[in-house]
Amino acid sequence: MNVKDQVIAIVAEQALLEPSDVTLESSPEDLGIDSLGLVEAIFAIEEAFDISVPFNANDPSESDFDISSVAKIIAGIEKLIAEQVS
Amino acid sequence: MKRVVITGAGTINALGFDVPATYAAMREGTCGIGPLDFQDVDRLAIKIGGQVQGYEAETYFNRQQLSLYDRFTQFTLLAARQALAQSGLEFHGELADRSGVILGNSGGGLTTQDENFRAVYEEGKNRVHPFVVPKLMNNAAASHVSMEFNLRGPTFTVSTACASSNHAMGQAYQMVRSGMAPAMITGGSEAMLCFGGVKAWEGLRVMSKKACRPFSATRNGMVQGEGAGVFVFEEYEHARARGADILAEIIGFAMSSDAADIVMPSKAGAARAISGALKDGQIAKERVSYINAHGTGTAANDKTECAAVADVFGAHADNLMISSTKSMHGHLIGGTGAVELLACLMALRDGVIAPTINYEEPDPECALDVVPNEAREAKVDVVMSNAFAFGGLNAVIALARP
Repeated sequence: MNVKDQVIAIVAEQALLEPSDVTLESSPEDLGIDSLGLVEAIFAIEEAFDISVPFNANDPSESDFDISSVAKIIAGIEKLIAEQVS
Repeated sequence: MKRVVITGAGTINALGFDVPATYAAMREGTCGIGPLDFQDVDRLAIKIGGQVQGYEAETYFNRQQLSLYDRFTQFTLLAARQALAQSGLEFHGELADRSGVILGNSGGGLTTQDENFRAVYEEGKNRVHPFVVPKLMNNAAASHVSMEFNLRGPTFTVSTACASSNHAMGQAYQMVRSGMAPAMITGGSEAMLCFGGVKAWEGLRVMSKKACRPFSATRNGMVQGEGAGVFVFEEYEHARARGADILAEIIGFAMSSDAADIVMPSKAGAARAISGALKDGQIAKERVSYINAHGTGTAANDKTECAAVADVFGAHADNLMISSTKSMHGHLIGGTGAVELLACLMALRDGVIAPTINYEEPDPECALDVVPNEAREAKVDVVMSNAFAFGGLNAVIALARP
């Protein structure tokens, strides 16, 4: 499974949806994921890719990690993985 | 002052997954204590306990709930669901705003702590699940009960070691009695049966490797248990107006502090709590027929407790029955008073006195009628339940047949 599919699977599980119902444009809010659910999804992503996501639940908009859509989350994770490899 | 009655009871413990199963086990003198089953149990010197066996959390809670509920919260919610169902009470409007939850526990989410300490210290992991804190906090159970049943009044947790549940129920009683709350959900829970939870107790060297034998000359220590007991305390007129089945009336409560030693019990402190509860309820001591003992099965507790009872009741001490159900379900620490209150309800409702099982030989220092090994039928009007905690904190509650 590539990064995109893995992230979609994690987000879908958190939102209690089928992966096919998770579109790249959706925001966590659109998918019905609340703040606690978001923190749990970030944890699952960190575990899955063994990375550290700079996400601050106090003020997500101030984090160095864009969570405004599934596509942005995937892009951020791909960047973190690339940084880790280099 | 308002009168306070119990209109619902629920439990899960080593003797059963609900109140009828627990009563049946107490009546039969069933021992719920057996080999412990969890990770690293082979590294423990103490390998027995009153563990809730055959429990599958997934039967009762979904994945999202389980990510937030430690075992002690799960037990509490299961017991609360039973108690609320029996009472038939639903909380809306002003009733919801004024009614709350006071629960006792000592270890909080100890299993959650244990698992996560193991992950970061032993396995060297540097990341823990985000819900570790909301899972392990001691008030998690009370908060989840308030959320599930829309209880929006005074809600908190009491932590006084082995007296936690009795202190919690005493506080709930006082709130309903004073008119502050029309109903309170109260009791307590504990889920300490994990490697760290038992290892810590082992250190004190007061644990038995074989069995819990309260009051027996052959006793050699306490045995831990786990589970929950939850009750609906309701103002009498409120309960009567809606035609609720009244299980018992709470008629007295008192607490005291030994102010003496952090672990050794004091006869004077225990006696002050027992006599305080009698005084609080203006109860003539001759009316008390049964006492559910703290009865831990340690050398220190049992003789001190018997001496305190003898001091308070004088000649009547020889007429009353006193038993320790810890011999069957183990010591639930912060949840123990709640599960033991069930033995009091069974005595009042069904006229059955739960026995002290595993009893082998009389101890002259515990020369009371401890209802050895077999349950007894007796019509009783007033019963009491003792809890004497480490730290010298004592809480005693008195109940009567409605």
